[in-house]
Amino acid sequence: MSLSEKDKAAVKALWSKIGKSSDAIGNDALSRMIVVYPQTKTYFSHWPEVTPGSPHIKAHGKKVMGGIALAVTKIDDLKTGLSELSEQHAYKLRVDPANFKTLNHCILVVISTMFPKEFTPEAHVSLDKFLSGVALALADRYR
Amino acid sequence: MPENSVSADLQTESDKMVEWTDFERNTIQDIFSRIEYDVVGPAALARCLVVYPWTQRYFGGFGNLYNAAAIKGNPMVSKHGTTILNGLERAVKNMDDITNTYAELSVLHSEKLHVDPDNFKLLADCLTIVVAAQLGNEFTGEVQAAFQKFLAVVVSALGRQYR
Repeated sequence: MSLSEKDKAAVKALWSKIGKSSDAIGNDALSRMIVVYPQTKTYFSHWPEVTPGSPHIKAHGKKVMGGIALAVTKIDDLKTGLSELSEQHAYKLRVDPANFKTLNHCILVVISTMFPKEFTPEAHVSLDKFLSGVALALADRYR
Repeated sequence: MPENSVSADLQTESDKMVEWTDFERNTIQDIFSRIEYDVVGPAALARCLVVYPWTQRYFGGFGNLYNAAAIKGNPMVSKHGTTILNGLERAVKNMDDITNTYAELSVLHSEKLHVDPDNFKLLADCLTIVVAAQLGNEFTGEVQAAFQKFLAVVVSALGRQYR
């Protein structure tokens, strides 16, 4: 399910409206993920606490959304653009790729709560395709 | 068909009851008392048909589903969206016996409508997103967890009678 020009335009248009809130989106999405999908906490056992809104979660949310922001700039070739991040996730972090979908869903829910008017079905389908493409690119180097 | 949905998978055995905390019960009752079925239902179904266009295969008799605007304005989509929410209300009123409450509906979706049960999860995700938009920051992580658990039980019950 590849990104059409219309999808890319929709993603960039949505990002231009929500990008400045990316720190808040990242924090909410990650905070939500560890509550709704508690099994995801297993990846953060090295933190002193894994609780919504904690400093670690905030910082990590910011990092994750930085990756999404990068992906928006590399939207024409996600595989190449995210290859370093893919290597990091494959060899160092070893996050099961199923979790990318989980976090993507949480990101969509957060955007829906924060930007209900902008997050139309048309914006939703393009963003969902984009985030799926990001997940695929991130998993590219896994095996 | 690609696995798109992340609604929590819940296997309910016939001899295992789903246990609900007070928070979960109250949350589900509260959400359904606040949402307008004829707004949320149509919005969720329309969103599903737009975001996961292969789901349109089940609505061949609904007329124009050619683009997002047509889907949103389609009166049959709206009517069916409301029907779905009214159907969900039966689960809300029978939270301790959703599997049996939905036995007939499960047979209907399997034997008459021939709906691939994976589609239920797609609609559930769209419903989550629409309710999230309605409730804004009241749709906390805890509320989302309760809502998704409820929908997972519904989805499981609807898929139960397939064979």
